[in-house]
Amino acid sequence: MSRDGRLLRACVLAVVGLGLIAPIALGLWQTGRAAFGILPALGRTEWTLQPWHDLAALPGFATSLRLTLVTGIGSTLLSLLLATGFCATVHAQMTPAASARMLTPFLAIPHAAMAVGLAFVLAPSGWIARVVAPLAGWDRPPDWATVNDGWGLALLAGLMVKEVPFLLLVMLSALSQIAVAQQMAAGRALGYGRGIVWIKIIMPQVWPLIRLPVWVVLAYALSVVDMAMILGPSNPPTLAVAVTRWFTDADPAMLLPASAGAILQAVVVALAVALLWSGEGLARRLGRWWLRRGGRGLSAEPGLWAASAGVAVLLAAGALAMLSLLVWSLAWRWSFPQLLPQSWSLEPWATAQMGWLRALGNTMLLAAATGTLSLTLAIAWLEGEDRGHRSRTRWAEALIYLPLLLPQIGFLYGLNVVFLRAGISGGIGAVIWAQALFVFPYVMIALSDPWRALDRRMLHAAAALGAGPWRRLWAVKLPILLRPILTAAAIGVAVSVAQYLPTLFTGAGRIATLTTEAVTLSSGSDRRITGVYATLQAALPFAAYLAAFAVPALLHRNRRSLTGAAAA
Amino acid sequence: MSLDLHALCIHSATGTALFAPLTLHIPAGAVVTVMGPSGVGKSTLLDAIGGHLAHGFRLSGQVLLSGHDVSRLPAEARRIGLVFQEALLFPHLSVGDNLAFGLPAALRGRKLRRAAVEAALDQAGLAGMHDRDPATLSGGQRARAALMRTLLAEPAALLLDEPFANLDAGLKAEIRRFTLDHVKARAIPALMVTHDPDDAAAAGGAVVALG
Repeated sequence: MSRDGRLLRACVLAVVGLGLIAPIALGLWQTGRAAFGILPALGRTEWTLQPWHDLAALPGFATSLRLTLVTGIGSTLLSLLLATGFCATVHAQMTPAASARMLTPFLAIPHAAMAVGLAFVLAPSGWIARVVAPLAGWDRPPDWATVNDGWGLALLAGLMVKEVPFLLLVMLSALSQIAVAQQMAAGRALGYGRGIVWIKIIMPQVWPLIRLPVWVVLAYALSVVDMAMILGPSNPPTLAVAVTRWFTDADPAMLLPASAGAILQAVVVALAVALLWSGEGLARRLGRWWLRRGGRGLSAEPGLWAASAGVAVLLAAGALAMLSLLVWSLAWRWSFPQLLPQSWSLEPWATAQMGWLRALGNTMLLAAATGTLSLTLAIAWLEGEDRGHRSRTRWAEALIYLPLLLPQIGFLYGLNVVFLRAGISGGIGAVIWAQALFVFPYVMIALSDPWRALDRRMLHAAAALGAGPWRRLWAVKLPILLRPILTAAAIGVAVSVAQYLPTLFTGAGRIATLTTEAVTLSSGSDRRITGVYATLQAALPFAAYLAAFAVPALLHRNRRSLTGAAAA
Repeated sequence: MSLDLHALCIHSATGTALFAPLTLHIPAGAVVTVMGPSGVGKSTLLDAIGGHLAHGFRLSGQVLLSGHDVSRLPAEARRIGLVFQEALLFPHLSVGDNLAFGLPAALRGRKLRRAAVEAALDQAGLAGMHDRDPATLSGGQRARAALMRTLLAEPAALLLDEPFANLDAGLKAEIRRFTLDHVKARAIPALMVTHDPDDAAAAGGAVVALG
């Protein structure tokens, strides 16, 4: 078609290739070389398997690996189970808009802030223990390891508090594409119970639509660092945390086994995804056999209710955690087992003012920069598809998900090596670049569906009225898509604010953000100050989501079809 | 003004032709009707003439407007207007701004443009609705506003894609008369796709069976 469209597509391809794919590939390559002994900076230039032997011999290595597998795979499977049961129970009773409103706070809050809040709630001196104290007759916190427990149970719970809302969101959006009510009626008329129809008929249709997001959850859970530092076992920690520690060890020779660990982390994720994939194949075969037998006797009802109760407990814990951040940041005297502080104060905010103002400034700058860059690139990509009258190819779709499936620890060390050589490591530009690798995919995924859902004939009508491609973009598409565009931007802000490892590695420890400060403070120092940072960390994405809701509502207040129906 | 299709043929991505090469002459003010079963490619034919073909389709033959081949031009340069069964008014603009969107940029001056829009609203029985939200109009009002938007762009030809299919029986006759009267009064060649033989009869022009 037009030259213009071709130029735009070429630009987008170049930016994606050089800006997103190249850094990841180079980062993996550098990490991979170091894993096999090549690290010219240390004078190592020979291929060897020694880093792997060193890795296996590091204290706690086997435990770390086991913890990673248990918490990562366990939290994903449990979350999937609970979310499925919850959907089956409440789907008919909740409108998409209501469920989106309920889930948004849980999706917006960064993992680290949620972890800090959960630590406040679960700790032996936390809210749960304070509620139980009068009944159990405690006058001091019990001597139990409820956070940082050796089994990783607190981490498992923390991951689930974040994963279940995300899975609910993708499931509900998948369900909106399926005629659930009709199929449920048809299934029940054939004598199947509600839960059985759900398992035999609805879920097999939902799964292909949520498969990729589930992989992303699995990859994330296996390689999360910030939440694992705050809630997980500390000695030995999960593999990703251990690898992060080895990378930042004072002894540079540790870089070699650390790189081997980083590559192992990527292999673990790949194997887990492969396992899930083969499990899917097995379930398909077993499911078909089960379906063809036509049994109607089983009732899944108790399971459904148990799952729903589980989700309710998780969401309640998450809500308490968010509240506890604010309460601790305003607490002054709060002795055990009082439910609320005896005295309140703005003192924590005042004392830490210099620190949090600087961190807040950095965080907002990073969020604005990565959000704007990612949104611009996403719009350019989608507009390029439009101008070529093309739909997306499968490899392009896979490209978008790549940074979300690769563990961050797998390539961030190598990426920083590249940045060091380019002389940009430690600068704000390097951090913006590294964060954008993860912000862009989420923005792109959030914007793609609403963009494509726009009636093509609306654009044909504009063209037939003489509007060229740029006028169609500025005067028709962008205003109509204002709400999804701002929502995508808010998601971008939330992802940027939550980034820990990219900021730590490519910022060379010099760029302090709310997240890096909250993670550092969470290990032991003053809860009030930690509460200040975590509150701000949670507040920033909330503000972005609020703006994404309020701005279109205000601008389009007299446009019915853009306020009501478009809300979902 | 006239619209001519010369040996027009559309090939899908796999290379098969959707229908036999089509040659048509539509003189000014005439409305030619294309009929045929669903899925035979009637809407794709209109997409091809208007310049909206999706990637993968290939066009052979010519689309001539008053003798000039426009088939290599982008849609916005063809001056071929569209009327759909849904009005497809831009939801973010007021009714008046929807009409102003179609007004040629050559018409200068805020007052002159506003006057042109008001006159068109008046003709469509929508006087005083300049600032209304299109979502608050009735179906008939929406259809008339959409037609006025299309006509204000001064199209050299019109494509009507099942333009009356969504309207109930009483409204259908009214909008059909309104549309066809305007097309004939302005002497615009028009091509209409429809399932309804009554539409073809009302149009009064030649009927082409596709497929």
